[in-house]
Amino acid sequence: MTFVYAFLVGGAICVVGQLMMDVFKLTPAHVVATFVVVGAALDVFGVYDHLIEFAGAGATVPITSFGHSLLHGAMTEGHQHGYLGIAMGIFKLTSAGITSAILFGFLVALFFKPKG
Amino acid sequence: MLNDPKNYKENVNAYLPKIPYFMNCLKAFLVGGLICLIGQGIQTFYMYFFHFSKQTAGNPTVATLILISALMTGFGVYDKIAQFAGAGTIVPVTGFANSITSSALEHKSEGIVLGIATNLFQLAGEVIVFGVVSAAVLGILRLFIEQVF
Repeated sequence: MTFVYAFLVGGAICVVGQLMMDVFKLTPAHVVATFVVVGAALDVFGVYDHLIEFAGAGATVPITSFGHSLLHGAMTEGHQHGYLGIAMGIFKLTSAGITSAILFGFLVALFFKPKG
Repeated sequence: MLNDPKNYKENVNAYLPKIPYFMNCLKAFLVGGLICLIGQGIQTFYMYFFHFSKQTAGNPTVATLILISALMTGFGVYDKIAQFAGAGTIVPVTGFANSITSSALEHKSEGIVLGIATNLFQLAGEVIVFGVVSAAVLGILRLFIEQVF
């Protein structure tokens, strides 16, 4: 059942992004930036955790989860070390994503030829 | 009326191509949903074979999707799908990987240091800047509220 919810929720989040591009004439960069901020805002009251529990990858794959993981990591450290912990933990959960993006992006750019 | 320069914006509207709102949304829904469905498959794989929990499995899933979309960008496939799907390929993390890889590839001719490494985050940098700024501000606010009340 999680597979169905992942498809529906993930697709719905993309439709919101498409509407922002078509109706409000935002550039993809603005849409993505808005989504990251919204994801972080939704984590403040733990709303996003419920969505992950419900939709699985439908909530973790869209870029909103990046904002959510940033705040989540910051809060976990923040509860232990206070305000300093926010800076210490902010990349804790997103480390895998950012590391792989830099690593694979660099390697692909190194070995492939630009197309088009 | 038509040549009135004051109504330029309204005049020009009549000549702009009509946006197929419904079709665009349908494409974004199907492709975006499909990417999440593939992600769910990868996530289930990690949960089943490597014993990740539902909350922690998102991490390796995202990394795997990033690898796949970086390779697809290298082969020139991702941009073809993106032309069809619009936000369906921009909103998932695969779009983040695509923007990193494509801007690095685009500047490859300027060399490895000044081309690839310098331009890696040309497009994707805003995601990290807005993410960190908003998470830091919200984190400080939440910590402050928790300490006061």
